[in-house]
Amino acid sequence: MKKTRLNAVHKEAGARMVEFAGFEMPVEYKGIIDEHLAVRTRAGLFDVSHMGEIIVEGPEALACVQYLTPNDAGKLAPGQVQYTALTTPEGTFVDDMLVYCLSVPDKYLLVVNAANTDKDFAWVKEKAAPFRVFVVNRSDEHSQLALQGPLAQEILQPLTELDLGQMKSFTFAFGKVAGIDCLVSRTGYTGEDGFEIYTLAENPEVIWKAIMAQGTPKGLLPVGLGARDTLRLEAKLMLYGNDISDKTTVLEADLKWIVKFQKGDFLGKAVLEKQLQEGLKRKLVGFEVLDKGIARPHYPVFAGGRQVSEVCSGTFAPYVKKAIGLVYLPIEYTEIGTEFEIGVRDRKLKARVIPTPFYKREKK
Amino acid sequence: MYPDNLYYTKDHEWVKLEGDEAVVGITDFAQKQLGDIIYVDLPQPGKVLEARQAIGSVESVKSVSDVYSPVSGEVVAANSELAQTPDLINKDPHGQGWIVRLKIKDKSELNNLMKAADYEKYLEGLEH
Repeated sequence: MKKTRLNAVHKEAGARMVEFAGFEMPVEYKGIIDEHLAVRTRAGLFDVSHMGEIIVEGPEALACVQYLTPNDAGKLAPGQVQYTALTTPEGTFVDDMLVYCLSVPDKYLLVVNAANTDKDFAWVKEKAAPFRVFVVNRSDEHSQLALQGPLAQEILQPLTELDLGQMKSFTFAFGKVAGIDCLVSRTGYTGEDGFEIYTLAENPEVIWKAIMAQGTPKGLLPVGLGARDTLRLEAKLMLYGNDISDKTTVLEADLKWIVKFQKGDFLGKAVLEKQLQEGLKRKLVGFEVLDKGIARPHYPVFAGGRQVSEVCSGTFAPYVKKAIGLVYLPIEYTEIGTEFEIGVRDRKLKARVIPTPFYKREKK
Repeated sequence: MYPDNLYYTKDHEWVKLEGDEAVVGITDFAQKQLGDIIYVDLPQPGKVLEARQAIGSVESVKSVSDVYSPVSGEVVAANSELAQTPDLINKDPHGQGWIVRLKIKDKSELNNLMKAADYEKYLEGLEH
């Protein structure tokens, strides 16, 4: 099992460790609910060094990224970040990811899911063969910390010379944090304001400890993968393997906003165009459970007297205080307010399609 | 850590004998594994249970776990406090976080269960 460079720090902090995507990772420190609420109301610090970092570099890097992804990477200037996907020729997901534009048109960083890093690297390398690019997997050298929550900027600013007040959402800059060279982006996976901090340094625990020291008096907590999952689901951020996969198309996942048909050819374009013309047969929707109980992944979903699907993501959401989830439903059941049932062991619970995201932070 | 006056199961329930009645809950180990508990499915009084039959379930943010009756008996009461404050199980698993009270059918069934020292040894085995 792999360990991140912060492994000892988590154990010192009393984290409960689990295996995730081949890494020994902290699932919780104080408890999922406390950690979740800390991020919504104050701030939380995550070790997400398990995430994958793949660099595409060369004179045709932009053309290559454009071909591999449905969003328009051509819109990115250096210092900008974009949410997008790696798509199959069927318009389904190899993965979802962030693209960081390091240099136009010749250098891009792809940040991918830990569980998919090897698969993605092999995929990108294979599909990039016709382009004049190098593809390098730099995942093992990178550590990544995420500082998320309304107090994130206030906590991080004293530790860096970067002017965080000037850093817009989905942009990044290079600078020192706690004296260590980093890439800092205003991005995250929680639905809150915050930063993701990448470093190649061997001692990222210096950054971790500096942030904890700065933030603890303000209510900062270290946060594990347990609350990372409940936070991202409240904000309706996708989890590969639960909500999206190589069996679901980008349009079915209700991510049409990352598909830019006018930008030129890309993997899956023809299938997605056809799907758009013909109309979707099913779509990913958010639901709340109306009866008492919690819907969890793979629980069967019933509508019109038959099983139509199974739950993708489902949990108790600590901030909105409801049992919520995501499910692909036949298109005739996807209107807001539509009721259906979820099999929870020997019972059937009533559930209802509701608007998403389940939680949306108030913008200042 | 684990009180000497309780009996323990491999599924991490505990039983406390009080006269002809048995109080049942889940152990500190079980509540730690589950994490923050948010919902407890309780049985109705009068329900007759065989040993190892499901009493109900305990749900945390992360997962759901069945609770099995360590002994045979009839449900006399369920801990109604858990409906409002299910996290009593996290805070005081061997006390206020009790789940049901049973009228015990056969006290000799307790001999099948572990004493505190044995349970602690059993847990050590699980953690490696």
